[in-house]
Amino acid sequence: MRRKLAPYLLVMPGGLWLAIFFVIPMIAMVSVSMETGSLETGFQQTFSVHHYLDMINTYHPQLLRSLKYGLCTTVITILLAYPMAYWIAFRGGRHKSTYLFLILLPFFVTFVIRTISWQFLLADDGIVLGHLKDWHLVSKNFHVLATPYAVIGGLVYNFLPFMVLPIYVALERIDKVLLEASADLYANKAATFRKVVLPLSLPGVFAGVILTFVPAAADYVNAQILGGSGQVMIGNVIETLYISNSQYPQASALSSILLAALLLGIFVYARVLGTRDVLDANAG
Amino acid sequence: MGEQAIELIGVAKQFSAAEENVQAVERVDLSIGSGEFFSLLGPSGCGKTTTLRMIAGFEEPTQGQILLYGVDQVGVPANNRDLNMVFQSYALFPHMTVFDNVAFGLRRKKLPKAEIAERVNTMFELVDLKGREKRRPREMSGGQQQRVALARALVNRPRALLLDEPLGALDLKLRQSMQLELKRNQREVGITFVYVTHDQGEALTMSDRIAVMNAGHVEQLGSPREVYESPATRFVADFIGTSNLVELTATSTTAGESVADRGAQQRIVVPLRGQQARDRLVVAVRPEKVGLATAPPGADCQLSGRVEEVVYQGTFTAYTVQTAPGEHIVCHWQNATDSSDVAAVGDTVWVSWAKEHSYLLEDPGKVAAAVSAGVPAGVAGGASK
Repeated sequence: MRRKLAPYLLVMPGGLWLAIFFVIPMIAMVSVSMETGSLETGFQQTFSVHHYLDMINTYHPQLLRSLKYGLCTTVITILLAYPMAYWIAFRGGRHKSTYLFLILLPFFVTFVIRTISWQFLLADDGIVLGHLKDWHLVSKNFHVLATPYAVIGGLVYNFLPFMVLPIYVALERIDKVLLEASADLYANKAATFRKVVLPLSLPGVFAGVILTFVPAAADYVNAQILGGSGQVMIGNVIETLYISNSQYPQASALSSILLAALLLGIFVYARVLGTRDVLDANAG
Repeated sequence: MGEQAIELIGVAKQFSAAEENVQAVERVDLSIGSGEFFSLLGPSGCGKTTTLRMIAGFEEPTQGQILLYGVDQVGVPANNRDLNMVFQSYALFPHMTVFDNVAFGLRRKKLPKAEIAERVNTMFELVDLKGREKRRPREMSGGQQQRVALARALVNRPRALLLDEPLGALDLKLRQSMQLELKRNQREVGITFVYVTHDQGEALTMSDRIAVMNAGHVEQLGSPREVYESPATRFVADFIGTSNLVELTATSTTAGESVADRGAQQRIVVPLRGQQARDRLVVAVRPEKVGLATAPPGADCQLSGRVEEVVYQGTFTAYTVQTAPGEHIVCHWQNATDSSDVAAVGDTVWVSWAKEHSYLLEDPGKVAAAVSAGVPAGVAGGASK
C-alpha cells in the first residue's frame, strides 16, 4: 500500500507548487482577459474575446518584432555557444569546471545591473564610442543604443549561458569511444562531427533553444534599457498596459497571445527537428 | 599464411601523466601472419590494449614501427588505416539504425548505394541478424549488439580486424558460443584477427598463436599448446592455467638435462631444451601431469610429502601435498572411472611425473624480483629497465 502511494507522495510537493503558482494563475489570466471594464468602472466577466482582436490589431508589429528578436538572439547564441561548449567538452581537460564557472560568473551580478552597465558602455558619448569619436574612427552621430543591434546584443549577452550549458552537457555525455569508432570507419574529423557529434548533441541544442528563445522573445528589460522607441518589444507593451495603464484584461489577453505564439513556435520547431530523434539520441 | 600482415618493430609507448611518465609498452616485436588468429593475452595493465590501439592508430607509439603489409603506419591517422576495430563496449552509434551503423564505413568510402546495400545485407546474413536492420542498437541484446559491431567492422573487408575484448560484456554461456562463432566467421572471411583478451581460456580456444604480455613486454609467443604446455617464464606458467613451481638446487647436469637430487629417492629431472645450465632451478609442472602413489613409483621426478588438502572439483579432485616446508605440489587426479578419494588428509604419499613435463623457467631471479617488488603491472616496465 505504502509502496503504491510512494510515487504520488513524491510528486505531490512539486505538483501542488505547480497547481498553485502555475495552473491557477494561468486560469486567472485567461479569465481576466475576457473581462470588460476599466479601473474606474470596475471589471465584469463578459466572456468576450474582443480584447484579443484589439490587441492583435494594435500590437502585431511589436509581437512580430519580439519573435524576430527572439529568433535572431537564438541563432546568434547557437553560433557562439556551440563552439564554446564543444571546446570545453572536448578540449577543456582538467580545467572544464573552471571554464563553466567563468561562463556562469556574470550571474553573480543582477540581470538589470548587467544590462545597465552595457548601456553605460555603449552610451553615445560613453567610454567606448566617446573615444572612437574623439579619434574620428566613427562619425559624430554614430550610435549603438536605441538600435536593434543593441537590443539583440543585450539579449545574446544575457542568454548565452542558457545555450552553452545544455549543449555542453549533451556533448559531454557523448561516449568518446564513438569518435574513435567513427575514425576507425574512415570518417575524417569533419565527417565525424557531421555524422556523430552533431546529431548526438542536438538534444542539448533543442533544450538551449527553448531556454533562450522563450525568455528572449518575452524579455522587456533589454529593449527598455538598450533600445529606443523603435525597439519596443511585446514584453514592454504588456508591462505598460498592466503597470502604468492598469488595463488588466488587455494585458492578460496580450500575455495569452504571446504564450500561444511561443507554444506554437516550439511545437513547429519540435516537429521540424523531429522529437523522436531528439529523444532517441537522449536515451542513447 | 606466409605473408606478414602486421609487423611491430621495437614498438614502445610512454604516457605522460601529470608528473610522471608511464611506460605502457616497453618494447614489442611481433610479426602477425596474413589470415592468422593472433591473440594478445595478459592481465589488465599489461599493455595489450595499448598495443592494439597503436595498431589501430588511436595512439601513436613513442618509438618503433608498425607495418601493415610492409607499409609503415606510424603517423597515418586512424581513418586512413585499412584496419577495423571491434570495441569492448561495441561503440555502436546510438542515433542510427543498425543498418546505418554497418553501412557507416562504406558510406564514408563513397561506395555506390546499391553496392553498400548488397554488402550490408550479406553481412547481416553472415552474423544471423537478417530482418533486424531497422532496429536501434539499444533495442538489441548484448550478443546481438556484439554481432552488429563485428558486422560493422567486417563489411569494410579490412586487411586486418582488431578486437578489444569483444566478448567481455557477455555472460559465460553466450561468450562460449560467440567464441566459436567468431572463430567460424574468421575462417569464412579469411581476415587476420588480432584479438586482445585477459581470458586465457578464450585465447587458448580461439587463437592460432598467442603473445602473452606482462608489464609492457611479450613474455612468450607461441601456439596455444606451446604456451600452455611449455611455459617459458614463471609469469606465463602462473597466468595461463595453474602450475606447480618448485625451486631447487641442481646437483648434476648431464646430456641436456639438470637433475636435482634431494636424497631418499626424491629427485626432479628437467630437460634443458637448449637453455643454459644453472644451479638455481625453478621448475614448473602442470597439476594434471602429476600422479599420486603410496610407494615410490620409480618415476623421473618424484617427491614425498603429506596430503594437506583434498578438494573434489567435479571432473577431477585436487590434492595439495606438502613436500617440504613452504613447498606444495598440487595434483589434479582425474575422476575418470572412480571418483572416490585416493588419499586422505594427513596421508604420506608420493607425487610423481615424467621429466618431459618438467619445464625450466627462464631467468627466475628477474621475474621473481619484479613480482615480489609489488610494482603494478604496466608500470613495472619503466622501473625494471
